[in-house]
Amino acid sequence: MLIFEQSRTNRTNPSQAPYTRPELDDIPESMRRSKRAVMPETSEMQTVRHYTRLSQKNFSIDTHFYPLGSCTMKYNPRASNSLSMLPGFLARHPLGPESMGQGYLACMYDLQEILKDVTGMKAVSLTPAAGAQGEFAGMAMIRAYHDARRDDMRTEVLVPDAAHGTNPATAVMCGYKVREIPTDSQGDVDLAALKEAVGPHTAGLMLTNPSTLGVFERQIDAIAKIVHEAGGLLYYDGANLNAILGKVRPGDMGFDVIHMNLHKTFSTPHGGGGPGAGPVGVNARLEPFLPIPMVGYDGDSYRWLTEKDVPQTIGRLSSFMGNAGVLMRAYIYARLLGREGMVRVSEYSTLNANYMMARLREKGFDLAYPDRRATHEFIVTLKRQAKELGVNTMDFAKRLLDYGFHAPTTYFPLLVPECLLIEPTETEDKDTLDAFVEVLAMIEQEAKENKDYVKGAPYTQPVRRLDDVRAARELDLTWKLENGQTAD
Amino acid sequence: MPFIPHTPEDEKQMLDAIGVDSIEQLFDEIPANLRNDKLEVVPTHASEMEISRLMHQRSEQDGQPLCFLGAGAYEHHIPSAVWQLTTRGEFYTAYTPYQAEASQGSLQVVYEFQTMMANLNALDVSNASLYDGASALAEAVLMAVRANRKSKSKIIYMPRTVHPHYRKTVEAIVTNQGITLELLDYDRSTGVIDPDSLPEAPGDFAALVIPQPNFFGVLEEVDTLTDWAHEHKALVIGVVNPIALAILKPPGEWGTDGADIACGEGQPLGIPLASGGPYYGFMCCKQAIVRQMPGRIIGRTVDLDGKPGFTLTLQAREQHIRRSKATSNICTNQGLMVTASTIHMALLGAEGLERVALNSHANNRKLIEKLTALDGVDEVFSHPVFHESVIKLSAPLSDIMRALHAENLLPGYSLQEDYPELENCLLVCATETRTEEDIDTYVDHLQRILGKA
Repeated sequence: MLIFEQSRTNRTNPSQAPYTRPELDDIPESMRRSKRAVMPETSEMQTVRHYTRLSQKNFSIDTHFYPLGSCTMKYNPRASNSLSMLPGFLARHPLGPESMGQGYLACMYDLQEILKDVTGMKAVSLTPAAGAQGEFAGMAMIRAYHDARRDDMRTEVLVPDAAHGTNPATAVMCGYKVREIPTDSQGDVDLAALKEAVGPHTAGLMLTNPSTLGVFERQIDAIAKIVHEAGGLLYYDGANLNAILGKVRPGDMGFDVIHMNLHKTFSTPHGGGGPGAGPVGVNARLEPFLPIPMVGYDGDSYRWLTEKDVPQTIGRLSSFMGNAGVLMRAYIYARLLGREGMVRVSEYSTLNANYMMARLREKGFDLAYPDRRATHEFIVTLKRQAKELGVNTMDFAKRLLDYGFHAPTTYFPLLVPECLLIEPTETEDKDTLDAFVEVLAMIEQEAKENKDYVKGAPYTQPVRRLDDVRAARELDLTWKLENGQTAD
Repeated sequence: MPFIPHTPEDEKQMLDAIGVDSIEQLFDEIPANLRNDKLEVVPTHASEMEISRLMHQRSEQDGQPLCFLGAGAYEHHIPSAVWQLTTRGEFYTAYTPYQAEASQGSLQVVYEFQTMMANLNALDVSNASLYDGASALAEAVLMAVRANRKSKSKIIYMPRTVHPHYRKTVEAIVTNQGITLELLDYDRSTGVIDPDSLPEAPGDFAALVIPQPNFFGVLEEVDTLTDWAHEHKALVIGVVNPIALAILKPPGEWGTDGADIACGEGQPLGIPLASGGPYYGFMCCKQAIVRQMPGRIIGRTVDLDGKPGFTLTLQAREQHIRRSKATSNICTNQGLMVTASTIHMALLGAEGLERVALNSHANNRKLIEKLTALDGVDEVFSHPVFHESVIKLSAPLSDIMRALHAENLLPGYSLQEDYPELENCLLVCATETRTEEDIDTYVDHLQRILGKA
């Protein structure tokens, strides 16, 4: 039931707002609202009950194993939440003077320094609000760099076919044409095709390493050389940074610019679809173009760095400095881990992925890249099951929900048919991984015995499979006031 | 080891199952010359107790000044239930609802949110959120250029009365796509765009942006502006404050046909100031152009048994399906903030929102009356305002602000840097959270400081 359907006319919740109703006599009638917006009229208890019940209709990390590939659904420490919500932090106005924000600015400056260290980049700007905005900032900087050199022939951005959809979408937002680069049979970028594609029109290459195929791009040195020799720049999509934290740094791999997803690698919560944070790091070549604001420190106090300090900046990407509270959570997480903990993140996420991969192979599942090491994630392809049993990846995914496991990422990357991209993360224990492996094998067995039953899953969720076609054709995007209730 | 549950025995069994001797061996595909295991700047790990102490110190260091500063972020009362519910692990630690059956909670929240925002704006549909008000305006501009079928123009009329940070954000985001912003000036005495000053033959343009209230807190002539833009085949983008919409004419009712797109900052609806984020941007539009809208949209449909349920819909606009042809690159949005806002609006209801708006408006008026009663303080603009106003001081503003900061008070936003013509002018704000005593504190300090100046 919707909150609106629990509403009764004239039920109010008076203590949540001031009791008084001052007159509005100095705003002309023509500028005023004539009819109240339809809003729920529910009591505080009804409201609390309603949203508590809704929360119980969700899977979440706090309740379920969530091995969603390329999303890094690891445990979100409670300390990151409670400490970033201390009253002094919550009350601070974003335009308050620097002198009254030294505590907050110190955290942000420290975070910039930590991120520089773990990525091997020269400078970091924290402002992008999510990975996609970080990508935008990165590509806009690449464009600003070429423009500043009057190198205006560069109209094309190269993107491997395994890339996240945000990569090509971002390149277009920055005014570029996109050219796809194929992947070879072992999951590495097809070098011959790359050589063929680069030229004076190449603005840059966007690469995720480890790639979305769950393998480390071994020829990264050669790729960097090819792109740089053609005059292009190298963009690092940090979606999979968790796999290499403290082991190898994008800066050392030759990348000119990177974005990080703090809501993945630095364990800030996903919140049912955000907020995230997508800081960007750059080498010296792109430093002049970083988005503002950033935080500077003169050995005595912290201050904002703005257009005056970074005159060639690509500019401002949000009203203030991005998702400050998310950045704060990432900072707390980084301090709790410390340098010792960072490296363990990549080690144990990699151990978990390789262990699951070995166990699933043992159970007879087909791996997309059986000859490669898994990074922090790997791909199972259910092509054979789809053909032989008539039960596809979506069916497996839905049936997993019945067993209390969130499905891995399905049907991505696009070039592996019927794939499950599985990322267990370092915070899961062996028993959970074992249980998942057993369940996946059990579902295969179920499919052999009764395929229709699997195809009808899920059975234990608040709803069964939803009609997506109808959702798009008969758009129902808002609840309409029906049954004769009036707004006033 | 923080957040890693493995025992030495687990580790050994797992390595055996993989068939390697050490974890290190799992990294053998990374070329040796690239390896760098040395982190030199990241501090060594600290316990939760130590970090807790540090964070308490830093948060207390920033004090909790008495706030008369708005300029795009507003202090409002947030009911206790809002964040207690929002930080429930089931909301806080869920992912984007790709598996709809296991995400009905988050999906229904967003559907309710879409309904509330569409109703508040008097427009047909709403999306599930964008990053913040400024980036939402940038997306609205891109959307308007795509959606305007009567014009191929990439020119946008942008009033100078739009928040300067919004204008800068729009510029950073849209100019790479060849869009240009034509600035519209405001009338120096009223503080709004003078409808008589609008060009009679503006040429072809894609859209007009109308802020309501504008950055100075002043109310624009939205009806006339909307009709003017529509007469010239341009779309209208409203940039609105959602609290103000409880008492002001909603964008969907501006002029003869209403604004086509409305967007703005969602922060006033239950989101703490928190140094500027996370907030969220909202966006509503007319049904006819919904397929050009950026961001996620939730729809209601039915399941196999005919039971109603919620799912992501119109995904053919989005990057994970359309890749380079998507309406935007946005992926992660501000879901948790929307959850907070939905609960906030449900708790307040239309009546509560109206009281918040009316009290904010009245408190600002009280503040301005008392401030302008002082010698050397004048109100700058003559048009009606919502809950912010511009005042001009007779003495150098930066000195006065510093003196007020020393009293643990945020006096407002200095306008002279963004608007050189507004020397010594201050944008001040009072919401429903400011009491008579708070206002008197401000007035008394300012009187004393001006007396000395």
